[in-house]
Amino acid sequence: MEISKEQVEHVAKLARLEVSEDEKAMFARQLSAILTYMDQLKEVDTEGVEPTATVLPTENVWREDAVRPSLPQEQALANAPDQADGFFRVPKILEDR
Amino acid sequence: MNVRKLTLCELKDKFMKGEVSAVEIVKAYFQRVLLVESKVKAYITTAKKDALVKEADELDFTLSKWRKTMPLMAMPIAVKDNICTKGVKTTCGSRMLENFVPPYDATVVARMKEHGYYLIGKTNMDEFAMGSSTETSAFGPTRNPCNLAAIPGGSSGGSAAAVAAELCVAALGSDTGGSIRQPAACCGVVGLKPTYGRVSRYGLVAFASSLDQIGPITKDVRDAAMMMQVIAGHDPLDSTSADVPVPDYMKALKENLRGMKVGVPLEFFAEGLDPEVELAVRTAIIQMQALKAEIKEISLPMTTYAIAAYYLIATAEASSNLARYDGVKYGHRAKEKGLLEMYMKTRQEGFGAEVKRRIMLGTYALSAGYYDAYYGKAQAVRTLIKRDFDEALKEVDVIVTPTMPTPAFKLGEKIQDPLQMYLSDIYTISVNLAGLPAISLPCGLSSGKLPIGLQIIGRPFEEEKVLRAAYAYEQATEWHLKRPGL
Repeated sequence: MEISKEQVEHVAKLARLEVSEDEKAMFARQLSAILTYMDQLKEVDTEGVEPTATVLPTENVWREDAVRPSLPQEQALANAPDQADGFFRVPKILEDR
Repeated sequence: MNVRKLTLCELKDKFMKGEVSAVEIVKAYFQRVLLVESKVKAYITTAKKDALVKEADELDFTLSKWRKTMPLMAMPIAVKDNICTKGVKTTCGSRMLENFVPPYDATVVARMKEHGYYLIGKTNMDEFAMGSSTETSAFGPTRNPCNLAAIPGGSSGGSAAAVAAELCVAALGSDTGGSIRQPAACCGVVGLKPTYGRVSRYGLVAFASSLDQIGPITKDVRDAAMMMQVIAGHDPLDSTSADVPVPDYMKALKENLRGMKVGVPLEFFAEGLDPEVELAVRTAIIQMQALKAEIKEISLPMTTYAIAAYYLIATAEASSNLARYDGVKYGHRAKEKGLLEMYMKTRQEGFGAEVKRRIMLGTYALSAGYYDAYYGKAQAVRTLIKRDFDEALKEVDVIVTPTMPTPAFKLGEKIQDPLQMYLSDIYTISVNLAGLPAISLPCGLSSGKLPIGLQIIGRPFEEEKVLRAAYAYEQATEWHLKRPGL
């Protein structure tokens, strides 16, 4: 499987990763090699085989919907790069009118 | 008495009998850190000496009045830096979390605290546990204490090196595709990956949630059993932790293998296996037979596809898990004006090359048009791999294989070739896909004086049998007594 520079750009955008020109060329080359290796999976007959997402029996785990102590606000915000008035602060999303 | 030469069980016994004080233990380990840590670089963060000596001094005083001891009391244990420690930096070996200080303890850490342990340091690791050599850490590589030019394995390379170099009495690691067992093999120590769901993942920074497990890295098998006794068990804070009773692991240890059926899979002794490793493992199998085990050849044909399936599933899960690093809630944030630009720049600056590569691979495998061909296909192959193990483990109690196809390679040897690096996980990866417990323990030395690891795989929640097989072999040999001459 060959991965082009354009595909690298597309996937990087989906993954919210800025990549340099050098990285684009490197990833195109490395991902092509890795995906070529992955192509061996095509040899396997998986007709009618259920996919495994997890090895545990998939049962819902329930708990009481009860109020329990949680992290105090200042601790939950302590690692935030930017905060104000008990909120996470982010760059402006909407333009001024 | 040389404190740092003792195993966890031995040190605990001497401490309980009052033959060694908490202060003596703590000082001995800090002395060792001072002496060899600059060569090995096992730690990202080490405990503050003054504070820990003071705590130990107070403990000694309390115990002089009131003798009550707990299993891990005053034991200096290292914790991999992707396991949250309240108030102590947890970096995941990444610039992204360079200054992250968790406001809570992982469940495993909370349990060790209840049992009186001392955190001696947070160990180095491949960035976000993505790597097999500890070279992708943003804070520089760890070196193999057995040969400083060699890798310690990865991703829990810091934990394995710390145990081998006697920089801690035991350690915790995490294992997504071999990250406990492979470094344990490289450094000549014992590493156990428990059954998926046996140990709580609460507070473990997520890499691939359906594969990750926390487990012990120790000097010998008894120590691994003792650590498991503390960390195993159901945790309501982790919905994937299994509500299965925890047996007495120490009681499971026996000195023979009478009545045990041991499977040897053909596929694990094929092309690519180093002849010295093959000889050591085949010799170990003969020794197990001498210990009254019944040896049986088995076949796990689908495991040939394990690496391909694993690197699609693990990277797909990682691309989703690592979406949380957006520069908003915690971690690094780039200085950019717009929100989207901030996200993209934050992730460019915060992640290293291997993490980016895996996020890209995983995103690709999940993207429109490729999902069925890659991610869906890999999940179906995972089912077939699991079936192979299920069938084989109806015939035998445990399966024995090499842990790694070669002894530890040289630093820098594979870091430029990701696919070659991935192939070094060939014997450990299928175990995570099937969710089984497996241990690695030393079974030989290469001509280059590097340790060789033996892997023993068991049925789900049968860590007892895995430990028993490992213990009987270990006690009949002397590989576990060999320590690097640092």
